[in-house]
Amino acid sequence: MSEIRSPPPDRVLEIVLENVLHFLTCRRDRNAASLVCRSWCRAEALTRSDLFIGNCYAVSPHRATSRFRRVRSLTVKGKPRFADFDLLPLNWGAHFSPWGSALADAYPWLEKLHLKRMSLTDDDLNLIARSFPSFKELVLVCCEGFGIAGIAAVAANCRLLRVLDLVESVVEDADEDEEVMDWISCFPDGETHLESLVFECVECPVNFEALERLVARSPYLKKLRLNHYVSIPQLYRLMHRAPQLTHLGTGSFCASDDVAVGDQELDYSSAFAACKSLVCLSGFRDILPDYLPAIYPACANLTSLNLSYADVNADQLKPVILQCHKLQTLWVLDSICDEGLQAVAATCKDLRELRVFPGNTREEAEGPVSEVGLEVISQGCRKLQSILFFCQRMTNAAVIAMSKNCPDLVVFRLCIIGRYRPDPETHEPMDDGFGAIVMNCKKLTRLAVSGLLTDQAFRYIGMYGKLLRTLSVAFAGDSDQGLKYVLEGCPNLQKLEIRDSPFGDAALHSGLHHFYNMRFLWMSTCKLTRQGCQEIARALPHLALEVIDSQEDKADDHIEILYMYRSLDRPRNDAPKCVTILQ
Amino acid sequence: MAKEGLGLEITELRLGLPGGDSSASKKRVFSEIDGGENGSSTERNKNAVVGWPPVCSYRKKKTSSKMYVKVSMDGAPFLRKIDLAMHKDYSDLAFALDNLFASYGIDAENCEQVPIYEDKDGDWMLVGDVPWEMFIESCKRLRIMKRSDAKGFGLQPKGSLKGFIEGVKN
Repeated sequence: MSEIRSPPPDRVLEIVLENVLHFLTCRRDRNAASLVCRSWCRAEALTRSDLFIGNCYAVSPHRATSRFRRVRSLTVKGKPRFADFDLLPLNWGAHFSPWGSALADAYPWLEKLHLKRMSLTDDDLNLIARSFPSFKELVLVCCEGFGIAGIAAVAANCRLLRVLDLVESVVEDADEDEEVMDWISCFPDGETHLESLVFECVECPVNFEALERLVARSPYLKKLRLNHYVSIPQLYRLMHRAPQLTHLGTGSFCASDDVAVGDQELDYSSAFAACKSLVCLSGFRDILPDYLPAIYPACANLTSLNLSYADVNADQLKPVILQCHKLQTLWVLDSICDEGLQAVAATCKDLRELRVFPGNTREEAEGPVSEVGLEVISQGCRKLQSILFFCQRMTNAAVIAMSKNCPDLVVFRLCIIGRYRPDPETHEPMDDGFGAIVMNCKKLTRLAVSGLLTDQAFRYIGMYGKLLRTLSVAFAGDSDQGLKYVLEGCPNLQKLEIRDSPFGDAALHSGLHHFYNMRFLWMSTCKLTRQGCQEIARALPHLALEVIDSQEDKADDHIEILYMYRSLDRPRNDAPKCVTILQ
Repeated sequence: MAKEGLGLEITELRLGLPGGDSSASKKRVFSEIDGGENGSSTERNKNAVVGWPPVCSYRKKKTSSKMYVKVSMDGAPFLRKIDLAMHKDYSDLAFALDNLFASYGIDAENCEQVPIYEDKDGDWMLVGDVPWEMFIESCKRLRIMKRSDAKGFGLQPKGSLKGFIEGVKN
């Protein structure tokens, strides 16, 4: 037996440090630890197993994998959020391929991959499927570029797969003459390790018999979210196969086309009674409201309910919501009206997160929800932490009321659909309402503003929004001063997205001291010129300024879109023609 | 919320001669349904501004207000379902209902059927009496019943068979 040599003295401390650092899980803590000295930086790099890349272009794959050698779980985010609203040209970038090859080389032991707003192909998915024998978890959120073939490859080859979550991603249909691949049948036979299977966004029919068999042989399955090709009778069968489910996406929640007259319709509520552990319900993609009462047996235990794809009115909602005493998260369509919100406020005393989406996106004078609904929610749901509220009309008074009634608010996103709309009662701008939010909600980190807003609103934000990390602005402000207030006043600002607001080069210039601390800045249809952006680029060499213009050879120097982010590496070389990168 | 049609039919471009229902070359079961006022549903979801309001294009596609209701026809062995949001007026609906049950060999020449619907209050009403937008908001289910049964069905006074008889004459 060879002699065991004790490590050299300076290594002892590092080994101790590594052992201690293993217990640090929060990435912000780890970032701080890595700044202490070189030795700590090395030790931290060796012990970081969860790597988070907030912007895929901030750092090259090579740089990331060289520093962090033992990563088991990786998160990468790509396109800026405004891509969701079709503001970014197609083929802009965020291609996964370079990351894929780097990961295959550096981390053969990779277990988890979370991608958001990335573009990945079937080949990329094939690579993932074949390169990582320990692969357990794939989560794709708002991704695009791949199809069923890629998913099938993952299903077939990742034998230890626990999580396959496809969320709000565009899964491309097969060509007309190709048959839709049956990806469900690609999972290997025998018992699976599946804990979560989410495929609501997959726009193709699934082989139901294969799905039923898969669910039957997945004893660890807790989360199942079906696409709208699964009908309610099929759901019934699946639920009886998997009574241990905690999270369920119900698929269409509608009968398939032919229901025989005189056939007794199945007692769907028995399925919900059988799944005693259900805490989260979503789906209801093509709901026939007749069927909604089937979920009653699950209501008392629900902590999360997503009805945001279901056109449900107040009368249909009430009998459901009045049983949901434990609800903490609720997503709905505004079809429930202020009256529906009243019912929510009366019952859901533990509500933490509310999202009210618009059923109709036209800019109209009246809508089904208004300041009345916001105010009742603020009175009834005092523990509210996060709200996203689309409406056609809102008053300062209601927003001020919410700022006082809900001091725990961390996220406040109000979208008054009519642009430049003032307070309909006082005809004043909405400055005071948002001012009250930043003033009274001391924990606020994310804010989205709307309605008629002057520079005064931004003065409030700069003055009081000290913890603000994310700010979304649209059709607001009077002058450069507005943006100046924010850039000079908000030291924690990391993500700033602005559209159609009169902020120009002078305003941009006022943020020079802060841009390296930000993940990104987006400004579209503002008053920026190429010259102004060039000056920023010269002043800050580690900033990538992407100027995106659909028209070439424009008469004036004004630019359409500026997308700006810090980057440790050379400008990317995968940008389309309409993108110019200033550096 | 009920919205009145904008009465824009007269400005509507259509193929064929003005006046009359251009799509009815044969007598249809439901040709007597009043064409009514054309809704403004072509205006639906038309926004001049790209990406506003900030709703994910994914969600915008999905939430195109589907309004499924069950449709039963006396004598047919199966229930069907129909998405009211897919149709812009009563003629459109009539056409769709024809197609839906055509496979059951319903004789188009035979106008023994009457379309009725159950509204939000649980009352059964004759299809075609109220403006289209009001109809789709309140319709919970559709039934195509034998005309002979309809008389004794207790339809609300609002809905009368008079309109149907007049329609038959056209």
